[in-house]
Amino acid sequence: MSEAIQIDRSEAPVTLAPAAPRSRHAEGKLRSELWTHGLVASGLWLSAGGVTRWWHDLTPWSRTSLFAGLEVGFAVLLGLASVFAVRTRLVARIAPYGRWLEALAIAAIGWEVLTAKTGLLPLPFFPPPQSVLEVYTDDAGRLVESAAYSMLLLLPGYFIGGAVGFGAGVAIGWSKSVHYWGHPILRFVGPLPATAWLPLAFFFLPSARSASTFLIALSTAFPVAVLTSSGIAGVSKSYYDIARTLGADTRFLIAKVAIPAALPNVFVGLFMGLGTSFAVLIVAEMMGVKAGLGWYLQWAQGWAAYANLYGALIVMAFLFSGLISLLFLVRDTVLAWQKGIVRW
Amino acid sequence: MVSAAILPGAVTLPGLSLQVRAVSHHFVTEGKRLDVLDRVTFSVERGSFTALVGPSGCGKSTLLRLIAGLEPPSGGKIGADNVRVVGPDPSRLLVFQDPTLFPWRNVRQNVALGLEARGLLPRERRRIDDALRLVGLDGFAGAFPNELSGGMAQRVALARVLVNDPRLLLLDEPLGKLDSLTRMAMQTELLRLWQDRGFTGLLVTHDVEEALLLSRTVIVFSARPARIVETLSVDLPYPRHRDDPTLVSLRRALLAKMNLAKDL
Repeated sequence: MSEAIQIDRSEAPVTLAPAAPRSRHAEGKLRSELWTHGLVASGLWLSAGGVTRWWHDLTPWSRTSLFAGLEVGFAVLLGLASVFAVRTRLVARIAPYGRWLEALAIAAIGWEVLTAKTGLLPLPFFPPPQSVLEVYTDDAGRLVESAAYSMLLLLPGYFIGGAVGFGAGVAIGWSKSVHYWGHPILRFVGPLPATAWLPLAFFFLPSARSASTFLIALSTAFPVAVLTSSGIAGVSKSYYDIARTLGADTRFLIAKVAIPAALPNVFVGLFMGLGTSFAVLIVAEMMGVKAGLGWYLQWAQGWAAYANLYGALIVMAFLFSGLISLLFLVRDTVLAWQKGIVRW
Repeated sequence: MVSAAILPGAVTLPGLSLQVRAVSHHFVTEGKRLDVLDRVTFSVERGSFTALVGPSGCGKSTLLRLIAGLEPPSGGKIGADNVRVVGPDPSRLLVFQDPTLFPWRNVRQNVALGLEARGLLPRERRRIDDALRLVGLDGFAGAFPNELSGGMAQRVALARVLVNDPRLLLLDEPLGKLDSLTRMAMQTELLRLWQDRGFTGLLVTHDVEEALLLSRTVIVFSARPARIVETLSVDLPYPRHRDDPTLVSLRRALLAKMNLAKDL
């Protein structure tokens, strides 16, 4: 994190405060020729691999050796990186997470022992890690397909909702008469969770897919509209005064003053909208779409396939946090002029 | 002079003359009427520099907004070159106490604002560099406002206005928030720009010394609702020196007038 800020500042032509001291980990790493936490993590992952491989499963799992192999492989990579690749950018990137890598290895050992090795945690609710791995080796096709379906449902709805919410927000924030009619609707209907519209949407719209797209769009549009309009309404009057004396017409005032000034707010709305759209997506898929990760979760639950459930949850976590990271990346690019904004 | 070199090919129009005739103004807030200006009448010659001084909150800034055309006066008439002011125009430009740069635009884009708004940017892009050089910020075109010091930001605000070749420059305490050293440097700079460019200057200030250093005429306003209580000519050659005995005595007289004005 501190590194990213330093890069921002180094591009500034003005000398600002002296660069923040490099983080403790990075400094330690630079001074010694070894990445200590990496070595420790490597050792722990090696032990995890050993426990998985040589402590016998209560009931044999098909992917135990593969999982042990992956653990050992990861341990070897970490070990090599800790000794030989200390000065590379990759290690510089992952070095701050050294203690996480150690903790994860310990967690993996604990999970392994409590499930496959001793059975202290009961099946089917607590499958061992190798059975979640088995989901990825044996059911990857269905998972990938479900993830793709989810994205194909989410993204059009999100973009439509974002665009509509942005347009409505600009209109409500800019025009007094649109505000008069639009604002009460936002205030009154906005707090309704989009999922509450589900029964109606499935009834009125021709297909489950269009109903879900509509609901995702709705759930995105409201926060975007509210934040955009308040952003536009909150733009300092003196910006308009400046622009008007310099010869700006209404179009210029909206496009080049109001909207850029409101953009930080718009991104907060887009962020909130993305969060609510995930919830709507999963519910919609569980209720009627019969495809996608939400459907996969329900299908797995129906078969008491808890390993599949955990597997799908992990995929969802990667997918959704990836989307949020992407949104923040776009924001940081668009709002490069803002320094020190909240980072994801 | 320098202006020819600064804007090659551009015809530098002379400063505007200004006519303020019986201008009154009031605001209505929460049903209460607040009188700000009371039948203010004065004229400003083209190319001159005039300072408006008076107690704070007396309505001088409002008067500048009216002259800029940002609001119509409640009563009376304002004319520029004997043409009635009915709205904002790039020939009459304001510089505020706060630089109010657009934080999402870098220095160059901020200075480009007026040209862009009027669709002149593609043809007159070079004027931006000229304006930045004029205020001594040519190395900072890519910097964003949050990277600038107060004095630099105010200079960008000045460049943003000057790039449009204003014929009447309305200065609403533009140096009010700067530290005293920067302030003195900027006063000299303002004077130089005025002498180079030939615009008409109208400066609202709290600083009596600043008024006397820069202007040919000082108009003293009463407390709200503002009326003119005194008009003072400063017939000293430029550049003036703050320790000049004539200026010092003028300063004493002016301060006495202002103290009286406070109670009027």
